[in-house]
Amino acid sequence: MIQNRESLANKVSVGSKEAVVSIRNLKKSFGSKHVLSDINMDLFKGENLVVLGKSGTGKSVAIKCMVGLLTQESGSLKIFGKEVKDLSEEDLKSLRIKVGFLFQSAALYDSMSVEQNLEFPLTRVLKMTDKNEIRHRIEELLEGVGLLDAIDKMPSDLSGGMRKRVGLARTLIMKPEIMLYDEPTTGLDPITSREISELILEMQRKYHTSSVIITHDMACARITADRMLVMSNGEFMAEGNYEQLENGPNELVRSFFK
Amino acid sequence: MTDSPTIWTKHFAAAGDQMIFMGAFFRNIFRSGFEWNELIRQSYIIGYKSFSLVGITGFILGFVLTLQSEPTLKAFGAESFVPSMVAISVIREIGPVIIALICAGKISSSIGAELGSMKVSEQIDAMEVSGANPVQYLVVTRILASIIMIPLLTLMADALAMLGGFAASNISNEVNIQLYFSKAFSALGFADLIPAVSKTIFFGFAIGFVGCYKGYNSDRGTESVGVAANSAVVSASLWIIVLDAIAVQLTSVFAYN
Ligand SMILES: Nc1ncnc2c1ncn2[C@@H]1O[C@H](COP(=O)(O)OP(=O)(O)OP(=O)(O)O)[C@@H](O)[C@H]1O
Ligand SMILES: [Mg+2]
Repeated sequence: MIQNRESLANKVSVGSKEAVVSIRNLKKSFGSKHVLSDINMDLFKGENLVVLGKSGTGKSVAIKCMVGLLTQESGSLKIFGKEVKDLSEEDLKSLRIKVGFLFQSAALYDSMSVEQNLEFPLTRVLKMTDKNEIRHRIEELLEGVGLLDAIDKMPSDLSGGMRKRVGLARTLIMKPEIMLYDEPTTGLDPITSREISELILEMQRKYHTSSVIITHDMACARITADRMLVMSNGEFMAEGNYEQLENGPNELVRSFFK
Repeated sequence: MTDSPTIWTKHFAAAGDQMIFMGAFFRNIFRSGFEWNELIRQSYIIGYKSFSLVGITGFILGFVLTLQSEPTLKAFGAESFVPSMVAISVIREIGPVIIALICAGKISSSIGAELGSMKVSEQIDAMEVSGANPVQYLVVTRILASIIMIPLLTLMADALAMLGGFAASNISNEVNIQLYFSKAFSALGFADLIPAVSKTIFFGFAIGFVGCYKGYNSDRGTESVGVAANSAVVSASLWIIVLDAIAVQLTSVFAYN
Protein backbone atom coordinates (compact mmCIF):
# COMPACT_ATOMS: atom_id res chain seq x y z
CA MET A 1 0.00 0.00 0.00
CA ILE A 2 1.37 3.37 -0.97
CA GLN A 3 0.34 5.89 1.60
CA ASN A 4 -1.15 8.96 0.00
CA ARG A 5 0.04 12.46 0.75
CA GLU A 6 -2.83 13.36 3.02
CA SER A 7 -2.37 10.48 5.40
CA LEU A 8 1.39 11.00 5.39
CA ALA A 9 1.06 14.63 6.34
CA ASN A 10 -1.53 13.87 8.97
CA LYS A 11 0.37 11.01 10.43
CA VAL A 12 3.53 12.99 11.01
CA SER A 13 1.81 15.97 12.53
CA VAL A 14 0.06 13.81 15.08
CA GLY A 15 1.88 13.10 18.29
CA SER A 16 3.26 15.05 21.17
CA LYS A 17 6.76 15.53 19.77
CA GLU A 18 7.87 18.96 18.71
CA ALA A 19 8.62 19.35 14.98
CA VAL A 20 11.79 21.38 14.37
CA VAL A 21 11.41 21.20 10.61
CA SER A 22 8.06 21.09 8.96
CA ILE A 23 7.49 21.04 5.22
CA ARG A 24 4.15 21.23 3.45
CA ASN A 25 3.41 20.91 -0.28
CA LEU A 26 6.90 22.00 -1.24
CA LYS A 27 7.46 22.42 -4.97
CA LYS A 28 10.65 23.17 -6.82
CA SER A 29 11.60 23.05 -10.49
CA PHE A 30 14.57 24.20 -12.52
CA GLY A 31 13.25 25.71 -15.72
CA SER A 32 10.86 23.18 -17.14
CA LYS A 33 12.32 20.34 -15.08
CA HIS A 34 10.13 19.53 -12.10
CA VAL A 35 12.28 18.12 -9.33
CA LEU A 36 10.18 18.34 -6.18
CA SER A 37 6.49 18.06 -6.90
CA ASP A 38 4.94 17.78 -3.47
CA ILE A 39 7.09 17.30 -0.41
CA ASN A 40 5.51 16.88 3.01
CA MET A 41 7.57 15.99 6.04
CA ASP A 42 8.31 16.79 9.64
CA LEU A 43 11.52 16.35 11.53
CA PHE A 44 10.98 15.94 15.24
CA LYS A 45 13.31 17.09 17.94
CA GLY A 46 16.06 14.60 18.67
CA GLU A 47 15.21 12.09 15.96
CA ASN A 48 17.27 10.65 13.16
CA LEU A 49 15.26 10.69 9.96
CA VAL A 50 16.72 8.67 7.11
CA VAL A 51 15.73 9.58 3.56
CA LEU A 52 16.06 7.00 0.81
CA GLY A 53 15.52 7.55 -2.87
CA LYS A 54 16.92 6.86 -6.27
CA SER A 55 19.67 9.04 -7.63
CA GLY A 56 18.35 12.27 -9.11
CA THR A 57 14.99 12.30 -7.33
CA GLY A 58 15.79 15.58 -5.62
CA LYS A 59 16.96 14.62 -2.14
CA SER A 60 19.84 17.06 -2.19
CA VAL A 61 17.59 19.77 -3.62
CA ALA A 62 15.14 19.26 -0.75
CA ILE A 63 17.73 19.76 1.99
CA LYS A 64 19.26 22.71 0.13
CA CYS A 65 15.87 24.39 0.34
CA MET A 66 15.99 23.89 4.11
CA VAL A 67 19.07 26.10 4.50
CA GLY A 68 17.96 28.69 1.98
CA LEU A 69 20.52 27.75 -0.68
CA LEU A 70 17.60 27.14 -3.03
CA THR A 71 14.17 28.71 -2.78
CA GLN A 72 11.00 26.77 -3.35
CA GLU A 73 8.38 27.87 -5.87
CA SER A 74 5.47 27.19 -3.63
CA GLY A 75 4.63 25.46 -0.39
CA SER A 76 5.88 26.12 3.07
CA LEU A 77 9.14 25.18 4.75
CA LYS A 78 9.39 26.06 8.41
CA ILE A 79 12.37 25.55 10.68
CA PHE A 80 11.85 26.24 14.38
CA GLY A 81 8.44 27.53 13.35
CA LYS A 82 9.76 30.19 10.98
CA GLU A 83 9.27 30.25 7.24
CA VAL A 84 12.80 30.02 5.79
CA LYS A 85 12.20 31.98 2.59
CA ASP A 86 10.83 34.97 4.52
CA LEU A 87 13.77 35.28 6.89
CA SER A 88 15.84 38.46 6.88
CA GLU A 89 19.55 38.17 6.12
CA GLU A 90 20.40 38.32 9.82
CA ASP A 91 17.80 35.74 10.82
CA LEU A 92 18.88 33.42 8.04
CA LYS A 93 22.43 33.67 9.32
CA SER A 94 21.46 32.78 12.86
CA LEU A 95 19.37 29.91 11.52
CA ARG A 96 22.32 28.63 9.55
CA ILE A 97 24.46 28.59 12.67
CA LYS A 98 21.95 26.21 14.23
CA VAL A 99 21.66 24.00 11.16
CA GLY A 100 24.66 21.94 10.07
CA PHE A 101 24.95 20.83 6.47
CA LEU A 102 27.24 18.08 5.25
CA PHE A 103 27.64 18.40 1.50
CA GLN A 104 27.53 15.33 -0.66
CA SER A 105 30.80 16.56 -2.19
CA ALA A 106 32.30 17.46 1.24
CA ALA A 107 33.02 20.95 -0.18
CA LEU A 108 36.29 21.45 1.67
CA TYR A 109 37.98 24.81 1.12
CA ASP A 110 40.78 23.86 -1.27
CA SER A 111 43.07 26.73 -0.44
CA MET A 112 43.09 25.96 3.28
CA SER A 113 44.62 23.17 5.33
CA VAL A 114 42.40 20.80 7.29
CA GLU A 115 42.97 22.83 10.43
CA GLN A 116 42.08 26.10 8.70
CA ASN A 117 38.98 24.47 7.24
CA LEU A 118 37.75 23.64 10.72
CA GLU A 119 38.88 26.96 12.12
CA PHE A 120 36.99 28.95 9.48
CA PRO A 121 33.49 28.75 10.99
CA LEU A 122 34.84 29.08 14.53
CA THR A 123 36.59 32.40 13.97
CA ARG A 124 34.30 33.80 11.29
CA VAL A 125 30.91 32.78 12.61
CA LEU A 126 31.25 32.05 16.32
CA LYS A 127 33.90 34.79 16.55
CA MET A 128 36.07 32.66 18.82
CA THR A 129 39.44 34.22 19.56
CA ASP A 130 41.12 31.98 22.13
CA LYS A 131 43.77 30.08 20.13
CA ASN A 132 44.03 27.24 22.64
CA GLU A 133 40.33 26.71 22.81
CA ILE A 134 40.06 26.69 19.01
CA ARG A 135 42.91 24.21 18.68
CA HIS A 136 41.41 22.02 21.38
CA ARG A 137 38.03 21.94 19.68
CA ILE A 138 39.54 21.18 16.28
CA GLU A 139 41.56 18.29 17.69
CA GLU A 140 38.55 16.91 19.52
CA LEU A 141 36.47 16.85 16.33
CA LEU A 142 39.24 15.44 14.15
CA GLU A 143 39.78 12.72 16.70
CA GLY A 144 36.07 11.97 16.51
CA VAL A 145 36.32 11.30 12.78
CA GLY A 146 39.67 9.55 13.19
CA LEU A 147 41.77 12.05 11.28
CA LEU A 148 43.84 13.77 13.91
CA ASP A 149 47.06 13.05 12.02
CA ALA A 150 45.74 14.81 8.89
CA ILE A 151 45.41 18.14 10.69
CA ASP A 152 48.11 19.88 8.65
CA LYS A 153 47.30 18.30 5.30
CA MET A 154 45.74 20.12 2.37
CA PRO A 155 42.40 18.84 1.02
CA SER A 156 44.09 17.87 -2.25
CA ASP A 157 46.25 15.40 -0.32
CA LEU A 158 43.26 13.59 1.15
CA SER A 159 41.33 10.65 -0.23
CA GLY A 160 37.64 10.98 -1.00
CA GLY A 161 36.62 9.28 2.22
CA MET A 162 38.98 11.42 4.28
CA ARG A 163 37.58 14.56 2.70
CA LYS A 164 34.10 13.45 3.62
CA ARG A 165 35.13 12.95 7.22
CA VAL A 166 36.85 16.34 7.41
CA GLY A 167 33.69 17.88 5.97
CA LEU A 168 31.73 16.13 8.66
CA ALA A 169 34.07 17.42 11.36
CA ARG A 170 33.85 20.95 9.99
CA THR A 171 30.07 20.83 10.22
CA LEU A 172 29.84 19.16 13.61
CA ILE A 173 32.33 21.59 15.15
CA MET A 174 29.52 24.15 15.28
CA LYS A 175 27.46 21.79 17.49
CA PRO A 176 24.34 22.33 15.39
CA GLU A 177 20.84 21.62 16.69
CA ILE A 178 19.75 20.22 13.33
CA MET A 179 22.09 18.23 11.11
CA LEU A 180 21.47 17.62 7.43
CA TYR A 181 23.72 14.81 6.24
CA ASP A 182 23.92 14.36 2.47
CA GLU A 183 25.24 10.83 2.02
CA PRO A 184 27.64 10.81 4.97
CA THR A 185 29.02 7.34 4.33
CA THR A 186 29.05 7.09 0.54
CA GLY A 187 32.48 6.13 -0.71
CA LEU A 188 33.72 4.96 2.68
CA ASP A 189 34.87 1.47 3.55
CA PRO A 190 32.48 -0.57 5.74
CA ILE A 191 34.54 -0.04 8.89
CA THR A 192 34.81 3.74 8.59
CA SER A 193 31.25 3.82 7.43
CA ARG A 194 30.19 2.13 10.63
CA GLU A 195 32.25 4.57 12.69
CA ILE A 196 30.57 7.51 11.00
CA SER A 197 27.17 5.99 11.67
CA GLU A 198 28.12 5.60 15.33
CA LEU A 199 29.26 9.20 15.34
CA ILE A 200 25.87 10.30 14.06
CA LEU A 201 24.23 8.35 16.86
CA GLU A 202 26.61 9.87 19.36
CA MET A 203 25.70 13.38 18.19
CA GLN A 204 22.08 12.50 18.73
CA ARG A 205 22.68 11.13 22.22
CA LYS A 206 25.12 13.77 23.42
CA TYR A 207 23.61 16.92 21.96
CA HIS A 208 20.04 15.82 21.11
CA THR A 209 20.70 16.77 17.52
CA SER A 210 17.80 16.27 15.13
CA SER A 211 19.08 14.89 11.86
CA VAL A 212 18.04 14.26 8.31
CA ILE A 213 20.31 11.59 6.85
CA ILE A 214 20.23 11.04 3.10
CA THR A 215 21.86 7.74 2.34
CA HIS A 216 22.03 4.77 0.02
CA ASP A 217 23.98 2.82 2.61
CA MET A 218 21.54 0.45 4.28
CA ALA A 219 23.99 -0.44 7.03
CA CYS A 220 24.15 3.23 7.97
CA ALA A 221 20.37 3.46 7.78
CA ARG A 222 19.91 0.48 10.05
CA ILE A 223 22.24 1.89 12.68
CA THR A 224 21.00 5.46 12.65
CA ALA A 225 17.35 5.51 11.59
CA ASP A 226 14.54 6.19 14.04
CA ARG A 227 12.22 6.73 11.10
CA MET A 228 12.66 6.48 7.35
CA LEU A 229 11.12 8.15 4.32
CA VAL A 230 11.37 7.03 0.72
CA MET A 231 11.39 9.64 -1.99
CA SER A 232 10.27 8.97 -5.52
CA ASN A 233 9.30 11.31 -8.35
CA GLY A 234 9.61 14.39 -6.20
CA GLU A 235 7.48 13.26 -3.29
CA PHE A 236 7.67 10.89 -0.34
CA MET A 237 5.94 7.62 -1.11
CA ALA A 238 6.51 5.60 2.05
CA GLU A 239 7.29 6.07 5.69
CA GLY A 240 8.17 3.75 8.55
CA ASN A 241 11.00 2.37 10.60
CA TYR A 242 13.63 0.07 9.16
CA GLU A 243 11.75 -3.21 9.73
CA GLN A 244 8.44 -1.85 8.52
CA LEU A 245 9.88 -0.70 5.23
CA GLU A 246 12.08 -3.75 4.75
CA ASN A 247 9.07 -6.04 5.05
CA GLY A 248 6.54 -3.62 3.60
CA PRO A 249 4.23 -4.31 0.70
CA ASN A 250 5.83 -2.01 -1.84
CA GLU A 251 8.23 -3.64 -4.29
CA LEU A 252 10.20 -0.45 -5.03
CA VAL A 253 10.68 0.28 -1.34
CA ARG A 254 11.75 -3.27 -0.58
CA SER A 255 14.26 -3.16 -3.40
CA PHE A 256 16.33 -0.60 -1.49
CA PHE A 257 16.97 -3.20 1.17
CA LYS A 258 18.29 -5.90 -1.13
CA MET B 1 12.90 39.55 -34.99
CA THR B 2 11.37 37.34 -32.38
CA ASP B 3 14.77 36.78 -30.87
CA SER B 4 15.70 40.37 -30.26
CA PRO B 5 13.56 41.01 -27.17
CA THR B 6 14.98 37.98 -25.38
CA ILE B 7 18.52 39.02 -26.22
CA TRP B 8 17.86 42.47 -24.85
CA THR B 9 16.21 41.10 -21.74
CA LYS B 10 19.21 38.89 -21.20
CA HIS B 11 21.60 41.81 -21.46
CA PHE B 12 19.55 43.96 -19.15
CA ALA B 13 19.22 41.12 -16.68
CA ALA B 14 22.99 40.59 -16.74
CA ALA B 15 23.59 44.31 -16.23
CA GLY B 16 21.16 44.29 -13.34
CA ASP B 17 22.91 41.28 -11.81
CA GLN B 18 26.22 43.07 -12.05
CA MET B 19 24.82 46.15 -10.33
CA ILE B 20 23.48 43.99 -7.51
CA PHE B 21 26.83 42.24 -7.20
CA MET B 22 28.60 45.60 -7.14
CA GLY B 23 26.21 46.76 -4.43
CA ALA B 24 27.01 43.67 -2.39
CA PHE B 25 30.72 44.39 -2.80
CA PHE B 26 30.43 47.98 -1.56
CA ARG B 27 28.15 47.04 1.32
CA ASN B 28 30.49 44.31 2.48
CA ILE B 29 33.60 46.49 2.48
CA PHE B 30 32.30 48.26 5.53
CA ARG B 31 30.90 45.26 7.40
CA SER B 32 32.62 44.36 10.62
CA GLY B 33 35.10 41.50 10.45
CA PHE B 34 37.15 42.81 7.54
CA GLU B 35 39.48 40.09 6.28
CA TRP B 36 42.84 41.88 6.56
CA ASN B 37 44.92 38.72 6.35
CA GLU B 38 43.14 37.54 3.25
CA LEU B 39 43.51 40.99 1.65
CA ILE B 40 47.25 40.87 2.25
CA ARG B 41 47.45 37.31 0.96
CA GLN B 42 45.53 38.17 -2.19
CA SER B 43 47.60 41.31 -2.80
CA TYR B 44 50.71 39.21 -2.45
CA ILE B 45 49.40 36.59 -4.85
CA ILE B 46 48.38 39.15 -7.45
CA GLY B 47 51.65 41.04 -7.20
CA TYR B 48 53.78 37.94 -7.12
CA LYS B 49 51.98 36.20 -9.97
CA SER B 50 52.26 39.10 -12.38
CA PHE B 51 55.52 40.64 -11.22
CA SER B 52 57.84 39.11 -13.80
CA LEU B 53 55.40 39.19 -16.69
CA VAL B 54 54.56 42.84 -16.10
CA GLY B 55 58.20 43.74 -15.51
CA ILE B 56 59.45 42.12 -18.71
CA THR B 57 56.62 43.63 -20.72
CA GLY B 58 57.35 47.08 -19.35
CA PHE B 59 61.05 46.86 -20.11
CA ILE B 60 60.49 45.63 -23.66
CA LEU B 61 57.84 48.28 -24.23
CA GLY B 62 60.29 51.08 -23.53
CA PHE B 63 63.08 49.31 -25.37
CA VAL B 64 61.09 48.71 -28.55
CA LEU B 65 59.44 52.10 -28.55
CA THR B 66 62.86 53.75 -28.38
CA LEU B 67 64.37 51.58 -31.10
CA GLN B 68 61.41 52.22 -33.37
CA SER B 69 61.19 55.95 -32.95
CA GLU B 70 64.87 56.82 -32.86
CA PRO B 71 65.56 56.57 -36.64
CA THR B 72 62.45 58.57 -37.50
CA LEU B 73 63.21 61.35 -35.06
CA LYS B 74 66.86 61.29 -36.09
CA ALA B 75 65.82 62.15 -39.66
CA PHE B 76 64.42 65.39 -38.25
CA GLY B 77 67.43 65.91 -36.05
CA ALA B 78 65.18 65.48 -33.03
CA GLU B 79 66.60 62.38 -31.40
CA SER B 80 66.99 64.24 -28.14
CA PHE B 81 63.21 64.14 -27.87
CA VAL B 82 63.19 60.34 -27.75
CA PRO B 83 63.34 60.02 -23.94
CA SER B 84 60.50 62.41 -23.33
CA MET B 85 58.42 60.96 -26.12
CA VAL B 86 58.81 57.48 -24.65
CA ALA B 87 58.08 58.75 -21.15
CA ILE B 88 54.92 60.55 -22.20
CA SER B 89 53.49 57.79 -24.35
CA VAL B 90 54.29 54.99 -21.90
CA ILE B 91 53.23 56.70 -18.70
CA ARG B 92 50.16 58.42 -20.05
CA GLU B 93 48.68 55.79 -22.23
CA ILE B 94 50.48 52.67 -23.36
CA GLY B 95 51.74 51.54 -19.95
CA PRO B 96 48.44 51.58 -18.08
CA VAL B 97 46.44 50.04 -20.92
CA ILE B 98 48.91 47.29 -21.88
CA ILE B 99 49.57 46.32 -18.27
CA ALA B 100 45.86 46.30 -17.49
CA LEU B 101 45.16 44.12 -20.53
CA ILE B 102 47.90 41.72 -19.50
CA CYS B 103 46.53 41.60 -15.96
CA ALA B 104 43.05 40.99 -17.34
CA GLY B 105 44.47 37.89 -18.97
CA LYS B 106 46.44 36.85 -15.94
CA ILE B 107 44.46 37.96 -12.90
CA SER B 108 40.83 38.17 -14.02
CA SER B 109 41.04 34.71 -15.51
CA SER B 110 42.64 33.17 -12.44
CA ILE B 111 40.12 34.81 -10.11
CA GLY B 112 37.32 33.66 -12.42
CA ALA B 113 38.65 30.13 -12.52
CA GLU B 114 39.30 29.97 -8.78
CA LEU B 115 35.90 31.27 -7.70
CA GLY B 116 34.26 29.29 -10.48
CA SER B 117 35.71 26.06 -9.20
CA MET B 118 34.80 27.00 -5.65
CA LYS B 119 31.26 27.55 -6.86
CA VAL B 120 31.10 24.27 -8.76
CA SER B 121 32.53 22.25 -5.89
CA GLU B 122 30.00 23.90 -3.55
CA GLN B 123 32.67 25.60 -1.44
CA ILE B 124 30.92 28.96 -1.71
CA ASP B 125 27.63 27.33 -0.74
CA ALA B 126 29.39 25.70 2.19
CA MET B 127 30.67 29.06 3.42
CA GLU B 128 27.23 30.57 3.10
CA VAL B 129 25.54 27.68 4.87
CA SER B 130 27.98 27.79 7.76
CA GLY B 131 26.80 31.35 8.42
CA ALA B 132 30.01 32.95 7.15
CA ASN B 133 30.01 35.68 4.54
CA PRO B 134 31.60 34.52 1.27
CA VAL B 135 31.30 37.93 -0.38
CA GLN B 136 33.28 39.51 2.40
CA TYR B 137 35.89 36.77 2.48
CA LEU B 138 36.29 36.05 -1.23
CA VAL B 139 35.03 38.99 -3.26
CA VAL B 140 35.88 42.09 -1.23
CA THR B 141 39.45 40.96 -0.65
CA ARG B 142 40.11 40.08 -4.28
CA ILE B 143 38.66 43.27 -5.73
CA LEU B 144 40.45 45.49 -3.21
CA ALA B 145 43.68 43.60 -3.78
CA SER B 146 43.54 44.28 -7.52
CA ILE B 147 42.61 47.90 -6.89
CA ILE B 148 45.80 48.17 -4.83
CA MET B 149 48.10 46.04 -6.92
CA ILE B 150 47.30 47.06 -10.53
CA PRO B 151 48.43 50.69 -10.01
CA LEU B 152 51.59 49.47 -8.28
CA LEU B 153 52.33 47.00 -11.04
CA THR B 154 51.74 49.71 -13.64
CA LEU B 155 54.12 52.10 -11.87
CA MET B 156 56.72 49.37 -11.78
CA ALA B 157 56.21 48.67 -15.48
CA ASP B 158 56.50 52.41 -16.25
CA ALA B 159 59.80 52.58 -14.41
CA LEU B 160 61.14 49.52 -16.21
CA ALA B 161 59.95 50.92 -19.54
CA MET B 162 62.07 53.99 -18.93
CA LEU B 163 64.97 51.73 -18.11
CA GLY B 164 64.31 49.78 -21.30
CA GLY B 165 64.29 53.04 -23.25
CA PHE B 166 67.58 53.97 -21.70
CA ALA B 167 69.07 50.61 -22.60
CA ALA B 168 67.92 51.00 -26.20
CA SER B 169 69.37 54.50 -26.55
CA ASN B 170 72.61 53.13 -25.21
CA ILE B 171 72.94 50.71 -28.09
CA SER B 172 73.54 53.36 -30.76
CA ASN B 173 75.47 55.84 -28.67
CA GLU B 174 76.49 56.20 -25.10
CA VAL B 175 74.01 58.19 -23.07
CA ASN B 176 74.47 59.51 -19.57
CA ILE B 177 71.77 58.00 -17.35
CA GLN B 178 71.16 61.21 -15.46
CA LEU B 179 70.83 63.18 -18.64
CA TYR B 180 68.46 60.57 -20.06
CA PHE B 181 66.12 60.67 -17.11
CA SER B 182 66.20 64.40 -16.67
CA LYS B 183 65.23 64.72 -20.34
CA ALA B 184 62.55 62.10 -19.96
CA PHE B 185 60.91 63.65 -16.95
CA SER B 186 61.27 67.24 -18.06
CA ALA B 187 58.29 66.71 -20.33
CA LEU B 188 56.17 65.08 -17.62
CA GLY B 189 54.12 66.92 -15.08
CA PHE B 190 51.63 66.03 -12.38
CA ALA B 191 48.98 66.56 -14.97
CA ASP B 192 50.23 63.40 -16.61
CA LEU B 193 50.74 61.27 -13.54
CA ILE B 194 47.47 61.83 -11.69
CA PRO B 195 45.06 60.83 -14.46
CA ALA B 196 47.39 58.00 -15.46
CA VAL B 197 47.45 56.53 -11.98
CA SER B 198 43.79 57.15 -11.27
CA LYS B 199 42.69 55.28 -14.33
CA THR B 200 44.77 52.28 -13.29
CA ILE B 201 42.71 52.23 -10.08
CA PHE B 202 39.59 51.82 -12.18
CA PHE B 203 41.32 49.22 -14.32
CA GLY B 204 42.18 47.37 -11.12
CA PHE B 205 38.56 47.50 -10.03
CA ALA B 206 37.41 46.20 -13.42
CA ILE B 207 39.91 43.33 -13.35
CA GLY B 208 38.97 42.22 -9.85
CA PHE B 209 35.27 42.83 -10.21
CA VAL B 210 34.79 41.04 -13.52
CA GLY B 211 36.86 38.04 -12.36
CA CYS B 212 34.85 37.76 -9.15
CA TYR B 213 31.50 38.29 -10.85
CA LYS B 214 32.10 35.67 -13.52
CA GLY B 215 33.50 33.13 -11.09
CA TYR B 216 30.95 33.70 -8.33
CA ASN B 217 28.04 33.40 -10.75
CA SER B 218 29.28 30.52 -12.85
CA ASP B 219 26.89 27.67 -13.62
CA ARG B 220 27.01 24.19 -12.23
CA GLY B 221 29.23 21.70 -14.05
CA THR B 222 32.99 21.68 -14.49
CA GLU B 223 32.98 23.18 -17.98
CA SER B 224 31.61 26.38 -16.50
CA VAL B 225 34.95 26.97 -14.75
CA GLY B 226 36.60 27.38 -18.13
CA VAL B 227 33.73 29.52 -19.33
CA ALA B 228 34.06 31.76 -16.27
CA ALA B 229 37.80 32.20 -16.76
CA ASN B 230 37.45 32.87 -20.45
CA SER B 231 34.55 35.29 -20.27
CA ALA B 232 36.29 37.11 -17.41
CA VAL B 233 39.23 37.91 -19.70
CA VAL B 234 36.97 39.01 -22.54
CA SER B 235 34.78 41.30 -20.46
CA ALA B 236 37.61 42.67 -18.36
CA SER B 237 39.52 43.61 -21.52
CA LEU B 238 36.45 45.29 -22.92
CA TRP B 239 35.88 47.18 -19.67
CA ILE B 240 39.48 48.39 -19.73
CA ILE B 241 39.28 49.71 -23.27
CA VAL B 242 35.97 51.46 -22.61
CA LEU B 243 37.20 52.89 -19.31
CA ASP B 244 40.34 54.11 -21.04
CA ALA B 245 38.34 55.88 -23.71
CA ILE B 246 36.29 57.59 -21.00
CA ALA B 247 39.43 58.47 -19.04
CA VAL B 248 41.10 60.01 -22.07
CA GLN B 249 38.05 62.15 -22.74
CA LEU B 250 37.85 63.25 -19.11
CA THR B 251 41.54 64.08 -18.94
CA SER B 252 41.45 66.15 -22.08
CA VAL B 253 38.52 68.10 -20.68
CA PHE B 254 39.90 68.65 -17.17
CA ALA B 255 43.67 68.48 -17.31
CA TYR B 256 44.64 70.23 -20.48
CA ASN B 257 42.19 73.11 -20.49
N1 LIG C 1 21.00 24.13 -9.11
C1 LIG C 1 20.41 23.31 -9.99
N2 LIG C 1 20.07 23.75 -11.21
C2 LIG C 1 19.45 22.94 -12.10
N3 LIG C 1 19.15 21.67 -11.86
C3 LIG C 1 19.45 21.16 -10.66
C4 LIG C 1 20.09 21.94 -9.66
N4 LIG C 1 20.30 21.18 -8.56
C5 LIG C 1 19.79 19.96 -8.89
N5 LIG C 1 19.28 19.95 -10.13
C6 LIG C 1 18.61 18.81 -10.78
O1 LIG C 1 17.66 18.31 -9.88
C7 LIG C 1 17.61 16.90 -9.93
C8 LIG C 1 17.74 16.32 -8.53
O2 LIG C 1 19.05 16.53 -8.08
P1 LIG C 1 19.55 16.10 -6.64
O3 LIG C 1 20.97 16.49 -6.55
O4 LIG C 1 18.64 16.62 -5.61
O5 LIG C 1 19.42 14.53 -6.70
P2 LIG C 1 19.65 13.50 -5.52
O6 LIG C 1 18.33 12.90 -5.19
O7 LIG C 1 20.39 14.14 -4.42
O8 LIG C 1 20.54 12.38 -6.23
P3 LIG C 1 21.87 11.65 -5.70
O9 LIG C 1 21.41 10.50 -4.88
O10 LIG C 1 22.55 11.20 -6.95
O11 LIG C 1 22.66 12.63 -4.94
C9 LIG C 1 18.70 16.47 -10.87
O12 LIG C 1 18.11 16.11 -12.08
C10 LIG C 1 19.56 17.69 -11.06
O13 LIG C 1 20.04 17.74 -12.37
MG1 LIG D 1 22.29 14.16 -3.76
